Amino acid sequence: MDILGTVLPALGDAFGLILQPGVLMFLALGVVMGLAVGVFPGLGGIAGLSLVLPFIFGMDTVSGLALMVGMVAVVPTSDTFASVLMGIPGSSASQATVLDGFPLAQKGEAARALAAAFASSLFGGLVGALFLTFFILVARPIVLAFGLPEMLMITIFGLSMVAVLAGRVPLKGLAAAGLGLLVGTIGEADAGGSLRMATYDIAYLTDGLKLVIVGLGIFAVPEIVTLLRQDRSIAKGAALGAGWFDGVKDWWRNKMLSVRCAVIGVIVGVIPGLGGSVVDWIAYGHTVQTTRDKSNFGSGEIRGIIGPESSNNAKEGGGLVPTLIFGIPGSGSMAVFIGAVALLGSGDLEVGPQMLSANYLDITYSIVWLLALANVVGTALCIGLSPTIAKLTTIRFTLLAPFLFMLISFAAFQSGQNLADLVALFSIGLLGIFLRRFDWSRPAFLIGFVLSNPAETFANQAYQVAASKFRDGMASGMEYLFGPIVIVLIVITAISIYFGIRQAKVIMAEGEVKSGGKLAPVIFMVLVGIYFVASFYNASLISDRLITDKIFPMFVASVGMICVAIMLVTMARRPATDTIFADRESDVGESPPVHGLWPTLAWFGFLLILTSLAGFILALLVFLLTFMRFRAGLNWSKAGIYTVCSIAFMMFMAWVLNREFPPGLLQHFLELPWPLT
Amino acid sequence: MSGVSKHLRHAAVGAAALAAFGIGAAANAETNLAGKTVQWTIPFSETGGSAKWANFFAPLLGEALPGSPKVVVRFMPGAGSTKGANWFQKQKNGDGTVMFGSSGSTQFPYLLGDPRVRYEYKDWKPVMATGTGGVAYLPPALGKKFDGSANKLKGEKFIYGSQGATRLDLVPILAWKMLGLSVEPVFGIKSRGAGRLMFERGEANIDYQTSSAYLKSVVPLVKDGKAVPMMTWGSLDSAGKIVRDPTFPDIPTFKEVCEKTDGCKTSGEQWDAWRAFFIAGFPVQKIAFLPKGTSQEVIDTLTAGFAKVKGRADFEKISAKRLGKYPMFVGKDAQAALARATSVPDSAKAFVKKWLKADYGVELK
Repeated sequence: MDILGTVLPALGDAFGLILQPGVLMFLALGVVMGLAVGVFPGLGGIAGLSLVLPFIFGMDTVSGLALMVGMVAVVPTSDTFASVLMGIPGSSASQATVLDGFPLAQKGEAARALAAAFASSLFGGLVGALFLTFFILVARPIVLAFGLPEMLMITIFGLSMVAVLAGRVPLKGLAAAGLGLLVGTIGEADAGGSLRMATYDIAYLTDGLKLVIVGLGIFAVPEIVTLLRQDRSIAKGAALGAGWFDGVKDWWRNKMLSVRCAVIGVIVGVIPGLGGSVVDWIAYGHTVQTTRDKSNFGSGEIRGIIGPESSNNAKEGGGLVPTLIFGIPGSGSMAVFIGAVALLGSGDLEVGPQMLSANYLDITYSIVWLLALANVVGTALCIGLSPTIAKLTTIRFTLLAPFLFMLISFAAFQSGQNLADLVALFSIGLLGIFLRRFDWSRPAFLIGFVLSNPAETFANQAYQVAASKFRDGMASGMEYLFGPIVIVLIVITAISIYFGIRQAKVIMAEGEVKSGGKLAPVIFMVLVGIYFVASFYNASLISDRLITDKIFPMFVASVGMICVAIMLVTMARRPATDTIFADRESDVGESPPVHGLWPTLAWFGFLLILTSLAGFILALLVFLLTFMRFRAGLNWSKAGIYTVCSIAFMMFMAWVLNREFPPGLLQHFLELPWPLT
Repeated sequence: MSGVSKHLRHAAVGAAALAAFGIGAAANAETNLAGKTVQWTIPFSETGGSAKWANFFAPLLGEALPGSPKVVVRFMPGAGSTKGANWFQKQKNGDGTVMFGSSGSTQFPYLLGDPRVRYEYKDWKPVMATGTGGVAYLPPALGKKFDGSANKLKGEKFIYGSQGATRLDLVPILAWKMLGLSVEPVFGIKSRGAGRLMFERGEANIDYQTSSAYLKSVVPLVKDGKAVPMMTWGSLDSAGKIVRDPTFPDIPTFKEVCEKTDGCKTSGEQWDAWRAFFIAGFPVQKIAFLPKGTSQEVIDTLTAGFAKVKGRADFEKISAKRLGKYPMFVGKDAQAALARATSVPDSAKAFVKKWLKADYGVELK
């Protein structure tokens, strides 16, 4: 394409379209709404977009785009609050940020961590937009070069990050990833519809578990329970250390890392149907591998925040490529975005190849730079807010916890609108607690879970297409499977695994854990082994006609069984002080828990049971009041005020977003007015 | 989930949001739906074709109904849309505030006796239905061998990116089988768009898209010489006969191709089965329903609302652009469309079930 003749005028026109007071106002409105929705874990761009959808119809094209882009763009920025401050992965874009962000918050450096994250987000977003401005013109053939074998290899490359995050016992990391992969296969198989570890009698399981629930369960629930047991503030000693200016300086010192991760973000984001879920892990892996002193990762290494945060905003830009020029959304919110674009203006704008034609190039560039501009506005707001919001970490956590339980329960319920969502959250939360306790790598589990479906479908599909190419001849089959991109990815993956395993022993992705008695770790190991065996047996029952539905779970379960068997033999031979017997309960450390695990968990169970009986709002009423009175030790009137404020807040959220609450048995028999439904 | 407060809640949300966006809405207190909120539940996620469909109609319907109520689209995905349909079966608020939108993917499990189906189409009150068409296409090299019959394509090996044999893809897969083509479906594709991308990458060498997706994404490929249209599934005339799709008058229908291809018959068990599932999946693809037990007055109100939308001077123009050219049925026509879509002879159901099991090992227990 003629750069001078087409691109520059289009860019000029684009800025002409964007830089108008009305458009900027809608952009700011979108950013503010996106922030308001995005800071709550589990509610991302889709919730925000649904909110404005009724008003999009017939709206002026550029204003409508500004509103929607502003909203989508700030979600990976705003969800950093939850990741850093509470250890809650707000969306799939901020999973890796939790690893180093939360330990920093615990050191009292939340403001620094947030500022570094936001500076990186901003920079990543701008680098992404700049890169995209030129890349989008040549993107079409490059995107088409990514066939099924290439996507499978990227998935495997993502899985290879497990090597870095496996922890001190590589086999344990592998088994954790295997468990994640298997949990990801629960439900109806994509290929033939066979059920894996599910039954039609429990309809909930046939759809599989949702990322929101697994992310919250694996990371958020264990952290909340731990803090609650210690009865202290998130920041140890309730003091705030380094401020936001230090965070910006940290970013500046690592700007080259930021550039590299931003480019990784754009490139991975470009690949349709894959980008979002792996990009922050790949960026985190890259960060670890390029850092000389790896000893701080997992306990508050600022580079561990800068890397993933630089990549996740850049990824949104990359995700525009498949969305705009192929009409294939790179993420859920992009899918809603495509649908909404058709409602704008006179309805002429249709995403697809024509977005690159001279007629529409100005609109395409407007979208790219609106995204960048939204990042600037969003980041400025976030940095401004961070010193204030960071103060949350100095509040006694017992006062925050029930509020957080309320929020994550609500978020979990939105994923399936089923009481079973809460049961699933509780169950996965329990698993998360034990993974954390026995030092099984939770990041490895989550990577396995996220990549389970792509790994399975791409492997099956690539196999099927390859088999047909091989029927045409050996050469065409080999050419299909081992294209240049695949070979490059294989080399990168091999190098990454090699160095990953060498370095893994140094990297405590979740801090150091002491070893204690033998019994508890062995029991957990055996239980995991039993799950592997059960999954293997369950998959083996599927008819051989549907081999594509059974081969993947059987393979993963076999690897898992071998890992567990080897580890059990090792356990029998080693003394109880060996790292394989890591058990956090034996390590009281600086802040010994003042409450037991089970009584603490019982509070959460109490909320769950109450909800199943009387519905969410009535359950909250009882739960918050009793928790504040008996666990937190407030007097009745303070507990009452807390309860009323929390419930009012919850109702306001649900009302604005037009969401339902989980109903209980009571609602089954009685018709009650909202919000008691 | 009922009660006045809920309606008030939505009305208030609507009012607040409208105020925020600077759009005024005058509520007419004299008419029956004023101040109410119509909840239109779609049993799919926010990202699919049904979402686009409902999001398009919702504001127009709101304007057209007496009292200009707010029409909000609500999503309840799960279990291949049977979750939302099962929920709708239990709804009793026949006051016009509860509406449901079903699609071919809701119709097929019902027709095939999927064990998760707890709903009954005969109980529901249709107020509007729209249809679509579908076009199959080939890569240029194979397109050259297609001469209006599939005879010269019979020795070829085809790969097709499919979402699953029990879905809408049943119609193309069965059609190709009847033509004697050896098509291997690669299952587990996430959307028809992803299937088209497989075709563009050369991994699949046969594909189909619904009318609007074909117009938007495949016509440019045809212009570039990267794809060649093969056939449409056709369209139904008022007598229920399959005729050329008015959107694609130059492309032959599957029926025409079948007649010209050796060994393909346009009568008998196999043809009847194909025809039945084609009708349930394409010409009557998406239907808007009111729940069981809704009074005739309310049905008439909603029907009139949709008729008014259809009667808008600019309807053809705005719907063609935003939704594709869909035939739209209202009232009695919607009733008739529903009857056509769900009255599949038992023999056709039995045939399809047997075929799915024999060819793909898929069983609905």
